[in-house]
Amino acid sequence: MPNATPDLTLTARKLMRRFGNQTVIHDVSLRLKRGEVLGLLGHNGAGKSTTMQMLTGCLLPDSGTIEICGIDLLRHPTRAKAHIGYLPETPPLYRELTVRDYLVFAARLRGMKSADVPVAMALALQRCGLTDKSKKLIGTLSKGYQQRVGIAQAIIHQPAVIILDEPTVGLDPTQIREIRTLIRELGNRHSVILSTHLLGEVESICDRVEIMQHGKLIYGDTSARMQQYGQVSGFTVSLRNPPALSALQGIIGVTRVEQLTANQFRVLHSTEQNPSAELLTLAAQHGWQLEQLTPLQARLEDVFVKITDEETMNTQNNVQAHPSTPPLAPGEVAGAGRTTEGEIK
Amino acid sequence: MIRLLALRELRSLFSMPSTWFVLAVLQFIFAWFFLARLDAFLELQPQLSQVANAPGATASIAAPLFNVIALLLMMLVPMFTMRLIAEERRNQTLTLLLSSPLSSAQIVLGKFAGLMLFLMVLMATTPVMLYTLQLGTPLDNGLLWSNVLGLVLLGACYAALGLYISALTSQPIIAAIGALAVLLGLWLADIGSSAPDSPWHQLSPLNHFQNFNYGLLDSGDAAYFVLFSTVFLLLAMKRLNNNRVYG
Repeated sequence: MPNATPDLTLTARKLMRRFGNQTVIHDVSLRLKRGEVLGLLGHNGAGKSTTMQMLTGCLLPDSGTIEICGIDLLRHPTRAKAHIGYLPETPPLYRELTVRDYLVFAARLRGMKSADVPVAMALALQRCGLTDKSKKLIGTLSKGYQQRVGIAQAIIHQPAVIILDEPTVGLDPTQIREIRTLIRELGNRHSVILSTHLLGEVESICDRVEIMQHGKLIYGDTSARMQQYGQVSGFTVSLRNPPALSALQGIIGVTRVEQLTANQFRVLHSTEQNPSAELLTLAAQHGWQLEQLTPLQARLEDVFVKITDEETMNTQNNVQAHPSTPPLAPGEVAGAGRTTEGEIK
Repeated sequence: MIRLLALRELRSLFSMPSTWFVLAVLQFIFAWFFLARLDAFLELQPQLSQVANAPGATASIAAPLFNVIALLLMMLVPMFTMRLIAEERRNQTLTLLLSSPLSSAQIVLGKFAGLMLFLMVLMATTPVMLYTLQLGTPLDNGLLWSNVLGLVLLGACYAALGLYISALTSQPIIAAIGALAVLLGLWLADIGSSAPDSPWHQLSPLNHFQNFNYGLLDSGDAAYFVLFSTVFLLLAMKRLNNNRVYG
């Protein structure tokens, strides 16, 4: 097996895909290193699943190249696919088989020798927390366990690239946490791509984020840096005995104060000057009885909305240049209008 | 790989209660028909013994039995082929096969092999049943095995056609009805056209089985069966490839 570039496990260049007249994926390029977890983020219908189908060889791109561990997926599909583990949106489970039989089948299908299967299976079962369910029929398992079997199927042959399409959908909070830990663990030795629209997932497990919208990658960076994108400086403060709003506004460095509840204020300040020390002194002097002071953190949700909104605005400005990708706005407004009418009736 | 897929197919088939039920009912029908023919033969035997060169036990019991099985297979094989690809597509398990290091040819041949194994299990009891006659009378082995061979080839035709139609849709029921319609259509066109040189006779698989049924091994008939199966298997592979192209 040629493994010329051990560090770069997946390279996709300029992928393009059409369904009929509609171009669903434009010019998507991705690179993935060993030991990296990449989060593919986007609204529903942004093209995440289609991209993943192309990366796993289930769908041929109209143009572009994909290399898995240095093997061209389009020219040598069978050799390249041996290095991929894929969990599609709906886990591909044979409900009439037991977990054990199914995993043996999946491992052998990916070209594992039958002598190596028992060890690999024990590891996969243990990693996905399925050890005590291995003799059950898949059809009788709950949705969460079925999802785990789906993940086990994708990792049993220890592939270089693991592609997971919304792996935590349908799981309860504890299971989500376990699966995230597992993905993080897998990310240390393999390369993982996961698609999601849950931003918390990206925050907790991904090294890198690519945001997709309307079939294009519009933003790519490390997830830590994405969080700083559009950072606001400020804090929320709770005072049991609050002064007038103007007193807070008067503190040096404060740019804006909003009253959230009777006792809670959101204070925004300039990046250079942090007025929290000043506020503390004043609170002690005037008996405002400070209860809580929490710095504002840019939540990933806000960042995501900001990035996608900016992109939508750009698209709207370029409508004439790209008539094939109409902006959302008109359709959505019309839809919203209809719902309101319906509700009034 | 083909063996792995075939065994998976068998395992899935045998894990369904309905398969066992159908198997049991079919064995019952085969046995019942066999006994009915045996009865008729025993009744006719005194008269037959006075005729010179009268048909023996094999010709009067085995051949009609195989003919009935051939007809039954036409209705039954679509019930088993319908799931092959249509259900994988509906349950989205096809993705597992498509993302695995397999070619479309391997997927199609694996499924075909699995179904053929199943059909052989289904038919295996018939020769066993017929060989019990050997306790009382010598059997014509040539006639018997030419029938078995013909039946296997005929089953392969039906399976290949059903597999292809199953690859066209994601609804198993549609696949079953489609395959049944085509097979019934070919058969009806065959028995309906009165002219002996009508091309419809040449198109019908069941018509090509007749020579095997008489104990005549005709390479033309064998070639027809092989060609028929190959064409539909190739079409099924092509269809699976298109799955990657058109999504």
